[in-house]
Amino acid sequence: MRNNGAVHGAFRSAAMRFFSPRALAAPYVVWMAAFVVAPIVFVVIYAFTAGDGAFTVGNFAEMGRFVGVFARSFWLALISTAVCLALGYPAAYILARESGRVQRAAVVLIMLPMWMNFLLRTYAWMSILERNGLLNRLLGALGIAPLDIIYTPAAVVIGMVYNFLPFMVLPIYSVIAKIDRSLIEAAADLGAAPRAVFTRVIAPLSLPGVLSGVTMVFVPAVSTFVISKLLGGGKEILLGDLIEMQFRGAAYNPRLGSAISLVMMVIVIVFMYFMNRFGEGEEGVAIL
Amino acid sequence: MSKELIRLQRCTMAFDGDVVLNNIDLEIRDKEFLTLLGPSGCGKTTTLRIIGGFTAPTSGDVFFDGARINDLPPHKRNVNTVFQKYALFTHLDVFENIAFGLRQMRPKLTRDEISRRVFEMLEIVSLRGFEKRDVSRLSGGQQQRVAIARALVPRPRVLLLDEPLGALDLRLRKDMQNELKRIQQAMDITFIYVTHDQEEALAMSDSVVVMDGGEILQIGKPEDIYNEPKNAFVADFIGESNIVDGVMICDGTVEIFGRRFECLDKGFARDEPVDVVIRPEDIDIVPLGDGMLTGTVTNITFKGVHYDIIVDFKGFKWLIQTTDISPVGGRIGIRIDPDGIHVMSKSKYSGMFGDYSSYSAEYDEISDATVEAEPGDAREEGYEE
Repeated sequence: MRNNGAVHGAFRSAAMRFFSPRALAAPYVVWMAAFVVAPIVFVVIYAFTAGDGAFTVGNFAEMGRFVGVFARSFWLALISTAVCLALGYPAAYILARESGRVQRAAVVLIMLPMWMNFLLRTYAWMSILERNGLLNRLLGALGIAPLDIIYTPAAVVIGMVYNFLPFMVLPIYSVIAKIDRSLIEAAADLGAAPRAVFTRVIAPLSLPGVLSGVTMVFVPAVSTFVISKLLGGGKEILLGDLIEMQFRGAAYNPRLGSAISLVMMVIVIVFMYFMNRFGEGEEGVAIL
Repeated sequence: MSKELIRLQRCTMAFDGDVVLNNIDLEIRDKEFLTLLGPSGCGKTTTLRIIGGFTAPTSGDVFFDGARINDLPPHKRNVNTVFQKYALFTHLDVFENIAFGLRQMRPKLTRDEISRRVFEMLEIVSLRGFEKRDVSRLSGGQQQRVAIARALVPRPRVLLLDEPLGALDLRLRKDMQNELKRIQQAMDITFIYVTHDQEEALAMSDSVVVMDGGEILQIGKPEDIYNEPKNAFVADFIGESNIVDGVMICDGTVEIFGRRFECLDKGFARDEPVDVVIRPEDIDIVPLGDGMLTGTVTNITFKGVHYDIIVDFKGFKWLIQTTDISPVGGRIGIRIDPDGIHVMSKSKYSGMFGDYSSYSAEYDEISDATVEAEPGDAREEGYEE
């Protein structure tokens, strides 16, 4: 009886160990290891090895001819991020002051396009921007000369802004909505005109949201490839396209592709590091 | 008597038809310490917000120094506020929080001038050496003092304080009460203070405004409010009161429990039904034979300086504060001097306050409830009003 109890106890504690909260994280840890950590390790290995498996930095040396692609990608990502910020901040600001019902409805509307496939949304923009597309027919009806937007960098920027704008609006909105109304009243009470209330209180307090929005738009914008292919016409390739080309297609060279990916990742990490340094002291930098 | 500084004239405030302030008139004199006192929802904070400019009355006018300011936004008013939860700027340190108002001034102040005034204010609120601290790292009392310093440094004519001591512990509250009074006198400006704590109101104020249900019930000096409450609500809200039904026989004579008492009140109609207030500390315990009334002690609570005893007079229970101990169950006599009796006209609050019948029963009820929480229990019903 005693013995039986001890065995039972041991079994129970083993079971509890198995089902401990830490153990419950196991499926996710395995998933992350297999599909996030391992690929990064492979990218690093590939980037530093030649075809015969020997260590080399040759892959990086080869990247010299793609400086233009790097520059273009970062430039377009920067423009897209700036446009998203310029459009998204006022939208988030206005939204945050609306009534609860309006806010909830608007958040759903902002998220709605994201429930649709990314490719479909981009195709939709093709039919809007193309030569005989919706936009030009509309302009024609108004007697305005058609615009040549499709297959230009402008089209790529439009596509990126459309796709990534929610990632700018939502974090800024959630930070502004949480600003205590009494802080705004306190600023006005202390003599700050509406403009000063914004620059001295609301803007600094919403900075964490801006940082997280900028990160969430800039990072995918730098590495995008479908948008540039479909809307940019593949004339001026971006980093994403360049990497894709190294893995599938005629220019097959996964080692070069890995090297480019690695450099891009390092640049993005450095970028994020400085962003977060910039926002230090602003507790709760919420990366959604 | 200093001159009038702020006047609210027939101010009404309604949100979606819900009237929170009902046609109030209020005059606030320059350099006085005025307290708006009342239970939550009485309209005291709304009144403060109207003066601060955060909200405009639905109807009525607000005057500041003779000029109508209904539509003047807060940043143009020479009035600053200490907010209930301080509302300190978390992205700024102590120095910058206090300097905030100075940096908004036009023409601009020089950097030296700002620094000098901030340090002067840090001295006044005893926070010297804290200027570089993060406001979120300060204790409640320190945050409180930053909020006061921030509001005072632009030298407003009026400081509004919205239950500023609510979040502090008792000891700190007492210290801050003295501190606030000292600061008000040192700065020589008007303080308008909102609280639901009657003790705070009595201790600090030059004038107390008692409010309930969006109306002003009484305005007066703390002593007058305490000694001459206008109705049962005020008598009950300010301090402890026994309030009983009486009949005014003639000037100077009131009848309670069928017995006539001498009092100082006059000006009522003959045989007018009235509310009579007798403060617990104005009742003297005397030997049975000498008593104007006799009753049975039903409960004694030791309060430190005195005892709270509950005495049953013909089924109506009174609270008496005394330093003489009388055993529970003992019969005692009481005397009330004429100035211990205060007569008030009947009001809508009559019969709602001033009965201590539930005083001793309260504890029984709580202990009973845990043992036998039977709904519909005859005993439980007995306690219901």
